[in-house]
Amino acid sequence: MMKQGLRRDVIVAFLMLGLFIALPFVFTKPALRDFLIYVMAYGLLAMSLNLLVGLTGLVSFGHAAFFASGAYIFGILMQTGKFSIPVAMLTTVLGTALLSLVIGAICVRLKEIYFSFITLAFQMFLHSIILTWVSLTGGDQGLRGGIPRPPFLGIDLSNNTTLYVFCVVVFVLCVGLMRQIWQSPFGYTLRLIRDNPNRAIFLGVNIARMKLGIFVLASAMASVGGMLLALFVSGAYPDFGFWTTSGEAIFMIMLGGTQLFFGPIIGTVLLRLLEHFVSIYTEHHGLVLGVVILIIVLGLRQGVADYVVDWLKRRKEMKMELSSKTELVPSSKTIERKTV
Amino acid sequence: MDFEALSACVSSGSCVVTQISTALIIGMLLFMVASGLSLIFGVLGVINFAHGAFYMAGAYFAYAVYQLTSSFLLAFLGGAIGVGIVGVLFERFIMSRVYGKDVLMQLLVCYATILIFDDLVKMIAGPEYKMMGMPEVFALPPFEFAGGFIPPYYVFMVVMSLTIGGGLWFIIEKTRVGKIVRALAVNPQMVGALGINTMLLYSAVFGFGSVLAGIAGALAAPTRTLTAGMGLSILIESFIVTVIGGMGSISGALVAALLIGFIRAFGAIGFPLFVDGIMFGMMALVLIFKPSGLFGREPAQ
Repeated sequence: MMKQGLRRDVIVAFLMLGLFIALPFVFTKPALRDFLIYVMAYGLLAMSLNLLVGLTGLVSFGHAAFFASGAYIFGILMQTGKFSIPVAMLTTVLGTALLSLVIGAICVRLKEIYFSFITLAFQMFLHSIILTWVSLTGGDQGLRGGIPRPPFLGIDLSNNTTLYVFCVVVFVLCVGLMRQIWQSPFGYTLRLIRDNPNRAIFLGVNIARMKLGIFVLASAMASVGGMLLALFVSGAYPDFGFWTTSGEAIFMIMLGGTQLFFGPIIGTVLLRLLEHFVSIYTEHHGLVLGVVILIIVLGLRQGVADYVVDWLKRRKEMKMELSSKTELVPSSKTIERKTV
Repeated sequence: MDFEALSACVSSGSCVVTQISTALIIGMLLFMVASGLSLIFGVLGVINFAHGAFYMAGAYFAYAVYQLTSSFLLAFLGGAIGVGIVGVLFERFIMSRVYGKDVLMQLLVCYATILIFDDLVKMIAGPEYKMMGMPEVFALPPFEFAGGFIPPYYVFMVVMSLTIGGGLWFIIEKTRVGKIVRALAVNPQMVGALGINTMLLYSAVFGFGSVLAGIAGALAAPTRTLTAGMGLSILIESFIVTVIGGMGSISGALVAALLIGFIRAFGAIGFPLFVDGIMFGMMALVLIFKPSGLFGREPAQ
């Protein structure tokens, strides 16, 4: 069973890899490639946030802190000129994991809205440090001067196509890793903590340690998203770590849905498309966006992907019910259908 | 960081007086917004993320009424009552549908409302900055105190806010209505069983909390430039205030709001870039050591 699941995941991963790489070659507009890189960077942020929100029930308002730390640590390391890209990326992930270990150890002790507030507080504290420490981070101007992309192992990222393929590979690897977490016994323990923390305690689960574990993993994944964005825009800006970025990520996962693994990425695409088209057709982009959100929240009461999944499930159940009824009493309708 | 400027200011009487009066103004506005937020959270258990938008609406209502009538009293009432009506409508038609739902749903609904409000303001009032100007009633020479000057309007604002805050405390703690509201916060089913219309009471409390934001907006209008989006920064700061003071505590909101006011006023001289850092750092410290806030009663862990 496990093997079968793994095989399916590998197939899906290769399909994604193929799709993402093929898209810009089929539709050669550079705007599409930029769009896809944004989707991948913010998609990683949203998907990793969903490991906390959807999987564990920890609503973090400060996830973008680690997105920013990824972008800044990577950018600063590369600007020293002493690191190759893979080494800098690994160091960044480890550095962010360490940072999130310290912050997370404090945050996971708090519950519900207090957890949300303290993550927000830490994020804004980090944002203030970025603004104040001008000599290191460039302050409100952002990390300027560009991020060098020295070639490594024969791969030259200064070529835009190579850069894009590199981003896709990193993205798919991270998504695959998150999928394994999502499906692992660890992932199911986290669902238990979300749905019934008391039961988890009775079963001997160390809740704080589990929460801290997923907090660190999710932060490390968010830092990869930040790195992709930094590589692409060749800089890092304080906005990456502002609370609006966290808000946007929350919005993406709510728009897509929290219970489906790919929900956040669907939400990311939806939000980007929505913003794009709304700003083409009208100046009042906030008004339209606001009304759309209200319709989704008050109408569907869940994310779009979650709604579709539930709707399909309901339909399937209805069909099953129908067919089980008809098995007992074969009606003329089923006979008709069979003949058709 | 410029601690020389800060120490130079502290040693000069006029600078200290100016900064203290600024601190009081910031603190009082924050107190009005945060106590409304805190009241709504304490009784209804929801966080009204749209509270900053109500503050903005209050300022714009006051501005509009003042343009029409040039009476500050009417402008003040217009801001308070207008926002009260908006608050009740928002509660009835939007917020009440997400009671008891996950906090993210509430957040999204409020976020949508903020987006709509900001755009409506831009459509109706125009995207440019607006200045209401000082009402004629307060066009008096400033008070001189220890070498510094304090505009009379500042004194009015502080007295007004303290009076309203005191009145709020009195209603909640000493009257029958206040008792019912406090009971509603603890056990709404029981209050309903005693024959009290809880839905109506919820609306009333939400409306009253909104009125406080509207009053803050109306009071701020003569001293601030009005712009769409002016609600966001005060929203974030009033979160800090409610967390530091303790959710649902009015006296806590007052102390925390003054604290933030002083940090903002003196930080603007000594460490302008790190003011946010200090405020959020304090918020984090309070959450670590006393998550229920300095004056909060219920445990948060």
